[in-house]
Amino acid sequence: MWRDIVLRLRALFFRRRMDDELQEELHFHIEMEARKNRRRDLDPAEAERQARLKFGSVVSATEECREQRGMSSIEILAKDVRFGLRMLRKSPGFTAVAVLTLALSIGANAVVFGVINAMILRPLNVPRAESLYSIHRVSDNSASQSYPGYLDLRDRNRSFEDLAGYNVLRAGLDAGENPSRVWLLAVSGNYFDVLGIQPHLGRVFHGSDEHGPNSAPYIVLSHAYWHSRFQDDPGVVGRVVQVNKHPFTIIGVAPPDFTGTLLFFSPDFFLPMVNQEQVEGTSILNARGTRWIFMTMGHLKAGVTPAQAAADVNSIGADLEKTYPKDHAQMIFALARPSLYGDYLGRPVRAFLTALMLLAGLILLAACANLGSLFSARAADRSREVALRLALGAGRMRILRQLFTEAVLISLMGGAIGLWGSVELLRWLSVWQPFPQFPINLPVSPDANLYGVALLLALASGLLFGAVPVRQVLRTDPYEIVKSGSIGRIGRRITVRDLLLVVQIAICAVLVTSSMVAVRGLVRSMHSGLGFEPRNAMLVGTGLEMAGYRGDAVPTMQKRMIDAMETIPGAASVGLVDLPPLANATGNGAIVFTDETTDLAPANAAATSMIFKISPDYFRAAGTALLSGRTFTSHDDKDAPHVAVVNQEFARKIFGSANNAMGRYYKRRDGTRIQVVGIVEDGKYGNLTEDPEPAMFLPLLQSPSSEIWLVMRSNADPQQLTAAIKSRLRDLDAGLPSFIQTWNQGLDLVLFPSRVATVSLGLLGVMGAMLSITGIFGLAAYSVSKRKRELGIRIALGAERREVLQAALGRAFKLLAFGSAAGLFLGILASRVLASIVYQATPRDPLVLAGVVLAMLLLGLLATWIPAQRALSIDPVILLREE
Amino acid sequence: MASDQSRLDLLQGTLDLLILRALRAGAMHGWAISERIELISQDVLQVNQGSLYPALHRLEHRGWIKAEWGVSELGRRARFYSLTASGRKRLEIEAENWGRLSEAIARVLRMA
Repeated sequence: MWRDIVLRLRALFFRRRMDDELQEELHFHIEMEARKNRRRDLDPAEAERQARLKFGSVVSATEECREQRGMSSIEILAKDVRFGLRMLRKSPGFTAVAVLTLALSIGANAVVFGVINAMILRPLNVPRAESLYSIHRVSDNSASQSYPGYLDLRDRNRSFEDLAGYNVLRAGLDAGENPSRVWLLAVSGNYFDVLGIQPHLGRVFHGSDEHGPNSAPYIVLSHAYWHSRFQDDPGVVGRVVQVNKHPFTIIGVAPPDFTGTLLFFSPDFFLPMVNQEQVEGTSILNARGTRWIFMTMGHLKAGVTPAQAAADVNSIGADLEKTYPKDHAQMIFALARPSLYGDYLGRPVRAFLTALMLLAGLILLAACANLGSLFSARAADRSREVALRLALGAGRMRILRQLFTEAVLISLMGGAIGLWGSVELLRWLSVWQPFPQFPINLPVSPDANLYGVALLLALASGLLFGAVPVRQVLRTDPYEIVKSGSIGRIGRRITVRDLLLVVQIAICAVLVTSSMVAVRGLVRSMHSGLGFEPRNAMLVGTGLEMAGYRGDAVPTMQKRMIDAMETIPGAASVGLVDLPPLANATGNGAIVFTDETTDLAPANAAATSMIFKISPDYFRAAGTALLSGRTFTSHDDKDAPHVAVVNQEFARKIFGSANNAMGRYYKRRDGTRIQVVGIVEDGKYGNLTEDPEPAMFLPLLQSPSSEIWLVMRSNADPQQLTAAIKSRLRDLDAGLPSFIQTWNQGLDLVLFPSRVATVSLGLLGVMGAMLSITGIFGLAAYSVSKRKRELGIRIALGAERREVLQAALGRAFKLLAFGSAAGLFLGILASRVLASIVYQATPRDPLVLAGVVLAMLLLGLLATWIPAQRALSIDPVILLREE
Repeated sequence: MASDQSRLDLLQGTLDLLILRALRAGAMHGWAISERIELISQDVLQVNQGSLYPALHRLEHRGWIKAEWGVSELGRRARFYSLTASGRKRLEIEAENWGRLSEAIARVLRMA
């Protein structure tokens, strides 16, 4: 068999050479024959003549030899493909549905595989990634070490070639103009050498550049940051820039494909961690108990297994625990991969992606099952054609081959479209930055593996659903069919296929319900109960610390910033806050005590309250309603009595009710008595789904903060405002880094989970809808083609259109109604789970209920449109003549 | 056409058997095969040389013989055929079948 294929392929591709060889062979034979004749003393011409005579026609021998090669499979394939394309063009509805279904389900699989490939399968983009391991604590999976701890591990281990460490830091970078907040990696001097990274430009620093604290003021830029910030300027090497007001020299640029060893995270540049004090303000290089190095890692020496290395590191750890009992504990380690922070991120990511892959695989399987029944319907429609071909002597294999060719054609078309879509999506995902203030992205660019998998999936699914009608074709009896037409055996029993369809419809309805609930909740959460108004407000993050402001310089500068902002045309009000609500997941909190409490132990605390340090105009700028009392003035400074504005929940928790709270006192942990001078509405502070939290607002003048956000309320265009704010800040201090966005953009982080949930539910809903459509379509098409004769007779006997439709599609709609009802019910139950992710997600919403019913109805109409048209267009006259 | 086909079929079967048998002696080119068959059958069997080559190609496709270019005894390039393992097995079966068939025919002829 194999040999046959090889020879046939050879025959196809080397036809010319095969023919030449054949000629050579035949002529050799004749020559040998002539030679024999010559030996019998015939003259050469006669010898040749007799040899040719004996051989017979060379041409016909050639022809027969060629025939032995047979009609090449590939020629048959080409014929089948042409025929298949013609058949598909004849039923564009079927083709479109099938191709679209496969495009969606193969696309979904390709996207999930693309992510798995990038996150789990593909090794890290460094040389010899297979021997690179990081050191993790067994107790909590953390890889962090203190600097002295790292040095001990680096110098005393015998398993690693060398050990590097890094930490993630944020800083202000002033490169002459446009100072900005950046993310950097503070790395050990040997970092690049350990990883084997060669510079794209200039040089990288080495272990030999380090000579104690603050001895190596060098920067290696990441390629992306070099591109975006310095426009690929090669002259940047050698330039001195300010990092948090300390001079550093740019000595090189990292290669384009190197963004550190943590997937997701792309730092702007690298600097030696011995200079950590200049970035962070205080030195922690000698603090043995402070585990601030994020991760340590290195290549294992040749022949050393991870388990051996872990044992080696553990013996050092045990020794350190003994020598420094106060500083080191739980020094039991295991080795893991650095790219997803070992199992810490790796396990949930792997679990999530595996689940997703399973889901996508199930979707593809269900799609194949549905397409299989569609295909059976088609095969039933074509039973006369098949019977005719069988009667004319075509082999059943040949007919099956034709059907499979059609199936694979469809699946390849679907696969190509799906792959194209998924490649686009992955490209978009890999440049997508979900949070502008964090350098987080998904490096999931597609590669050859993805194309291979998509092709395989397409072929496999084509063969899978193409196999469904095989039995039907094999059973076809040409004699019976040509004689009496297709035999309609109408199943009344509930089949597995029906059950499968109901399940699909139900799942689809669940997903449609959930996504509608999620969308409604998301929309509603943007408009109520936030405790501030994110529309028409700008948020400006500034780092006074990064620009070198300390002590009394901070409030002075803050006052000047407010004054400068207020001169911007269209600025209605400007306020300051140390950290805006909903800016990140945690926020700042502190315990508070009632005024009567004397023992200020944590156990006696009355509540844990959020803290916001604000300027007098903050409430106006933020759009937070002051319900009673007053806000702060510039007289509430550090010489005045301590005052606070609290929210209603705070007042309820500490004083019993809002009315009681005005003018009353409460205490903080350090014993400070604070008087409540105003009450504001409740809001959301940490995340959108939290219960009402107590919050206190303190005047910035009484509790200063150098981490400051400006809040500006204005109806003006955000882009113009951004430019104006930028120029005002530059006038104040050209070295002050800032980060400007609208407040709505500032909510991206807290809205992320609900947005992701909504989008994924929506996508799954689309998948579910697609499955239901093809499922119903398949069932309806099958029942119409099976019952064609019965329907024709009904029409001939004068049945109304409605009755015909009912007869043809009643079953499909019954299943649809049943599935939808089950799905809606389950969806309402599932929404309770959803409410923990999406704020105010409730299914008891007439719009949602109506929407689901409408969506399912529309889906049913769409799915049965083509079969219904066919049922109505049955012409009994033609039908009776034909069959 | 049809009668031609059936005659060919019969010939094919026998010719295949003869080729396989001839090749048991070792690899040889097409002309040598026909010479050998004629020689051993003492010229009783005349190989139709026009159908020899289609038969060789057919056997090659079935994997019973394999072909390689080599150098003939006169120093010319020639295509040498040799038995494959499955060809050897085939030869045994065919030879046995042929033996049974010819015995049976002989018996029938004797009876008549």
